[in-house]
Amino acid sequence: MKEELIVSGRNIPGVDPHLTLWHWQIPLYLFLGGLAAGLVFFSSLYVIMGKEDKAPTAVKWASFITPVALVIGLLALFLDLRHKLFFWRLYTTIRLQSPMSWGAWTLLIITPLSFVWSASYLRELVPQWDWKFKWLYAAETWVIKNRKPFAWVMIVLSVILGIYTGILLSAFNARPLWNTSILGPLFLTSGLSTGAATIMWMSKDHEEKNLFGRIDLLLITIEIFFIIHMFMGFLASSAVQIEAAKLFLGGPFTVSFWSFVMILGLLVPAFLEILEWKGYKIPAAVPAFLVLFGGFMFRLLMVEAGQLTRYLY
Amino acid sequence: MRYAMAVDTKKCVGCSDCVVACQTENNVPLGYARDWITETVAGTYPNVEIEIRSERCNHCENAPCVRCCPTGASHIVEGGIVLVDHDKCIGCGACIEACPYDARYPHPDGYVDKCTFCIHRVEKGEDPACVAVCPTHCLHFGDLDDPNSDVSKAIADRKWKVLAPEAGTKPQIYYLI
Amino acid sequence: MRNTTRRDFLKISGAGAGSLLLAGPAIKAFSQIAGDDTIHPGEKLHRTPTYCEVCFWKCAGWVYTDKKGRIKKIIGNKDDPHCNGRLCPRGTGGVGMYYDNDRLQTPLIREGKPGNQYFRQASWEEALDLVAKNLDKVRREHGPECVALFSHGTGGKIISHLLKAFGSPNIAAPSFAQCRGPREVAFTATFGEDVMSPERTDIRDTRCLVLIGSHIGENMHNGQIQEMSEAIDKGATIITVDPRYSTAASHSKYWLPIKPATDLALLLAWMHVIINEELYDKKYVEKYTYGFRELKDHVKDKTPEWAYAITTIKPDIIRKTAREMAHAAPAVIVHPGRHVTWYGDDTQRSRAIAILNALLGSWGRRGGFYVPEKAHLPKFPGPAYPKPKRSWKDAFPGKYKLVNEVLSTGICDATIPNPEMGCNLKAWIVYGTNLMASLPDQEKTLKAIDNLEFLAVIDTMPMDIVSYADVVLPECTYLERYDVIRTSPHREPYIALRMPASEPLYDSKPNWWMAKELAKRLGLEAYFPWNNIEELLDWQLKHVGSSLDEMKHLGVKKLKREYDDLYFLNGEDYEFNTNTGKIELYSTELANEGFDPMPDYTPHPEPPPGYYRLNYGRAPMHTFSRTTNNPNLWELKKENNVWVNPKVARIWGLENGQYVWLKNQDGVVSSFPIKVRITERIRWDSVYMVHGFGHKERQLSRSYGRGASDSELITRIAEDPIMGGTGMRGNFVTFLTEKPGKEVAS
Ligand SMILES: Nc1nc2c(c(=O)[nH]1)N[C@H]1C(S)=C(S)[C@@H](COP(=O)(O)OP(=O)(O)OC[C@H]3O[C@@H](n4cnc5c(=O)[nH]c(N)nc54)[C@H](O)[C@@H]3O)O[C@H]1N2
Ligand SMILES: Nc1nc2c(c(=O)[nH]1)N[C@H]1C(S)=C(S)[C@@H](COP(=O)(O)OP(=O)(O)OC[C@H]3O[C@@H](n4cnc5c(=O)[nH]c(N)nc54)[C@H](O)[C@@H]3O)O[C@H]1N2
Ligand code: SF4
Ligand code: SF4
Ligand code: SF4
Ligand code: SF4
Ligand code: SF4
Ligand SMILES: [Mo]
Repeated sequence: MKEELIVSGRNIPGVDPHLTLWHWQIPLYLFLGGLAAGLVFFSSLYVIMGKEDKAPTAVKWASFITPVALVIGLLALFLDLRHKLFFWRLYTTIRLQSPMSWGAWTLLIITPLSFVWSASYLRELVPQWDWKFKWLYAAETWVIKNRKPFAWVMIVLSVILGIYTGILLSAFNARPLWNTSILGPLFLTSGLSTGAATIMWMSKDHEEKNLFGRIDLLLITIEIFFIIHMFMGFLASSAVQIEAAKLFLGGPFTVSFWSFVMILGLLVPAFLEILEWKGYKIPAAVPAFLVLFGGFMFRLLMVEAGQLTRYLY
Repeated sequence: MRYAMAVDTKKCVGCSDCVVACQTENNVPLGYARDWITETVAGTYPNVEIEIRSERCNHCENAPCVRCCPTGASHIVEGGIVLVDHDKCIGCGACIEACPYDARYPHPDGYVDKCTFCIHRVEKGEDPACVAVCPTHCLHFGDLDDPNSDVSKAIADRKWKVLAPEAGTKPQIYYLI
Repeated sequence: MRNTTRRDFLKISGAGAGSLLLAGPAIKAFSQIAGDDTIHPGEKLHRTPTYCEVCFWKCAGWVYTDKKGRIKKIIGNKDDPHCNGRLCPRGTGGVGMYYDNDRLQTPLIREGKPGNQYFRQASWEEALDLVAKNLDKVRREHGPECVALFSHGTGGKIISHLLKAFGSPNIAAPSFAQCRGPREVAFTATFGEDVMSPERTDIRDTRCLVLIGSHIGENMHNGQIQEMSEAIDKGATIITVDPRYSTAASHSKYWLPIKPATDLALLLAWMHVIINEELYDKKYVEKYTYGFRELKDHVKDKTPEWAYAITTIKPDIIRKTAREMAHAAPAVIVHPGRHVTWYGDDTQRSRAIAILNALLGSWGRRGGFYVPEKAHLPKFPGPAYPKPKRSWKDAFPGKYKLVNEVLSTGICDATIPNPEMGCNLKAWIVYGTNLMASLPDQEKTLKAIDNLEFLAVIDTMPMDIVSYADVVLPECTYLERYDVIRTSPHREPYIALRMPASEPLYDSKPNWWMAKELAKRLGLEAYFPWNNIEELLDWQLKHVGSSLDEMKHLGVKKLKREYDDLYFLNGEDYEFNTNTGKIELYSTELANEGFDPMPDYTPHPEPPPGYYRLNYGRAPMHTFSRTTNNPNLWELKKENNVWVNPKVARIWGLENGQYVWLKNQDGVVSSFPIKVRITERIRWDSVYMVHGFGHKERQLSRSYGRGASDSELITRIAEDPIMGGTGMRGNFVTFLTEKPGKEVAS
């Protein structure tokens, strides 16, 4: 029999018997960051391609969600901090090796820009809106004139943001479950998928709805492919990673992962989107909601389960 | 200069004196700890073996906690000692997630804290509190670059290991086995 | 008699009084240590000398206080041979004794109305008056000898002085009949001198250390563990005999996993090998010992093969280890152990250890047993003690002739009315010993308490014994007081000073003040002619070439040895303090009293089916029951667990971490459940637990109800016929996985 015990000195709240330091805040922050990245990505993409009219919802209406998502996300991050009054310290330095630092700076830039982006469409949505100040009108005109370059900036930022939400976790070598390079692309794909699903949900335009349904279907397929690869990678890796994968394959997270993420979050919406494609009438809200729900659950479970995994020595 | 510590698992009795001494020396609040004791038991009675280890931050040469810190609160000073600047720390917890040894803890006051190798003592030429108190003299501290330091001598003619070398952190606590 | 039925177990937090006890300052004081960040490491601190009182090793140290006078840390004194500048975890965590917010704060007096008993707070004036009144009443009605004192720890010395002045010889400590007694009697019978505390073992220079059950490393007696570690560094061979894989066993070259209760067979077999193979120190044995021929004859048939059948230790291991010892001799120590009241034949087992050391020639030799010396401080001038007319021993005609200290359990017996005895003891003072945890057979202790007219308890904490008191006198901790100078024996005589590092918290007072105040009230002030203890200490110190001022700066001081004989038996003539003037392998003293003159093996009861031998011991971070509520040490170990071999766990379907109740052979069930630890470190016929847990007093906010008490389950005592020690390892327990109902528990 092999026995391992901590004799003394460790019973630290949040750290022992296993890490439970990060709760819902970080997953929510990652989820909303991913969603925002997806929304920004698609809106900028269509502006850059010059096909704003093919995707009006993506470019205009859905972009109103972005700043809201970002602000709530930042709030969630703030709630996670334990030394809140020192929050500003994030912006006294740039740490190139720290994904958190990247994220903080990206958000600092992208959040106001996303406000500006959506504000520039405000009068299309609410025609009687009055900007009150002259210089605001001037600013609006300037933005509208420079939409393309603006979109270029935004698309770059959105990719950074999307990847960031993925690599934030995978940068932690110490947690075997997160320690996989697939996690970055996986979270990026998932973020794009939640963005696409949101656009599909919001869109009143049948064409656009179909378009984003298909984009989402593609993204879901890629996601499933990544997830399968992730588990195969774990199972072919070190003992601690096999242990980590087992949390989802027969371990305590199996039921929640397979039912909430795989089935409800990926397979069912994919199936519904295929039906839609085949011409069946499916209310877009259902697959969209499922994708969003699955996206959040995926991050929640990854964060929770990842904290349980560790090196053994 | 490269500060390091060696822990003689053949002599440590797991008394936890190093834990209490650290607590009173460094005002570690009750319920938290910068160092701790583990025990592994292998075999079947009466062919049993145990290993007792006094553990703490490994002051890793390749410290992931420092790399992931968004504010620079976690940093490395002269001699390779990894420190946290409490007034720069926002308590985001990234470093805690990043440490493969769970060597850091969230201080109830918000910032993150960990072993400092008792730098305030080391600067005065004293041993860290845990080293100075250990009744079995099983902790050795010093400069690895100095072949005459306690720690250099301790690991010179003994077999040793470090914890989780596969994590790639290049830990600087050596366990004599 | 004030009570005809058993006294109620008093809750200190009786109607309304509880809230008074938990006054504000305590909590404030405690928070100074928890989470106070205003002090930065490295801040300049002020230091005052002390010697530790968390156990009886009495390491000297420095108490560091910050600018605001708050105690921050305690560090060993480098000049002290007890600790060499390094305190043990308990000493380092001694700050928690001071900061424990459950401490007794004011004197308490029992308010006994039937069905409504509680303590009320009282002034010192009132409490001391009441104690004096009751002691005086016993003195007048029954004589001063009918008062007994239980005392353990330094402060007990001045209280003992008071009791001797009062006229009673009945002063007992659990450190004799429950601890060292058998070995002191055995070594005295063999060498004419006892082992003393700290033990006179020259571990530092030994080449072979044999530990019979002594679990050094868990038993954290500081100097020993330090010297053992040093010996390991120097390549000494450690041989550990222990049925459990102790920490010491894991650090040993040889671990002999002996079947419990069979050590005497092993010891005899070792003697057999050493004599048969002529490995003993011939010159030494010839010159210094008496009875070698008888011994040789006695162990002739005690072959390793014979012992194998009894001990399960293989013959070749017995031979090999015997040769290792002989090879290292005389720098070899067969350690006498300390807590040696195991199976009732403990004096004989200790005799066997003493004899083995004599054969190896280690007594009085470097690396064996040195000759300690202690400083002698003069007694402050005062009248001689009155001569007591009778003592507790009168209650046991013909018994305990070789007992040279008072038996704690004998005091209990002498308190219960007995037809053979004219008068029983009527009043107790209990100083610094938690009798509910330290004495076995709680039922008997309670019966004795039941028969008392008066019980005063002097303690720092609301421990279980406090609940039975009529008056509780709260003492300040060792960090807040002066005490008598430490003069414990060592390689050189040392003196050490304890002085207050802080004013006493709350309304607590030091022992010397209480003793002096009581003396005043009892008409014994002539015995306390000094105004305060500083005057007494300074006077004493000046007689040995120091002063209170000097000691405040030094903490400890080495004095000169009177005799230059640290290792004395290298061929010199020497007269031992025994009947024959020799080391008695054959004990004439035991023979005269009708006991076996040479130790013999007798089998002891085995656990019945479904039961397991209750083995117990120490955890390095706790001292008995006294530290389990200490906030710093509690953090390190909050409860004890019961060690169970995996095979046994399988039979009972026990899981690691599961709580069970233990029931002993007499049907006694532990008051609280205890956590199972499934481990290969314990045999399949025994279970193991750390002593000192399972407190029943709710005022102990941290330790109340945590873990189980071994004391409670030790109801069967194997009394040592030679010296009255209470063998406590013959108790057997079984597991209850459900909370037992009332009928079972009774
Ligand atoms: N079941 C069982 N019984 C045992 C043992 C065992 O292992 N198992 N061990 C035996 C041995 S070896 C020994 S030596 C004895 C020890 O027996 P004790 O010395 O009685 O041990 P403790 O239980 O620590 O009780 C100490 C008491 O002193 C109080 N105290 C502490 N400091 C001070 C102080 O400064 N002033 C005053 N006035 N009081 C103070 C504590 O609060 C506590 O109530 O127990 C023996 N009994
Ligand atoms: N941390 C700490 N240290 C202490 C104390 C404390 O309270 N806490 N108390 C101090 C005091 S006063 C004392 S007396 C000492 C006591 O310390 P020791 O003298 O070392 O204590 P014992 O109870 O004799 O030894 C306990 C060991 O005996 C083993 N044992 C049990 N049965 C048998 C048997 O049949 N044969 C053999 N060979 N071994 C057996 C147990 O497995 C256990 O390992 O500790 C001192 N040191
Ligand atoms: S003080 Fe020394 S012996 Fe005790 S646990 Fe710490 S390292 Fe081990
Ligand atoms: S042990 Fe952990 S906290 Fe210490 S340097 Fe290494 S990674 Fe950082
Ligand atoms: S918790 Fe503090 S030290 Fe750790 S990564 Fe965040 S800011 Fe840096
Ligand atoms: S080196 Fe200092 S801070 Fe680190 S564990 Fe030891 S005592 Fe604590
Ligand atoms: S051995 Fe430990 S508890 Fe005992 S006196 Fe020394 S420091 Fe104090
Ligand atoms: Mo003892």
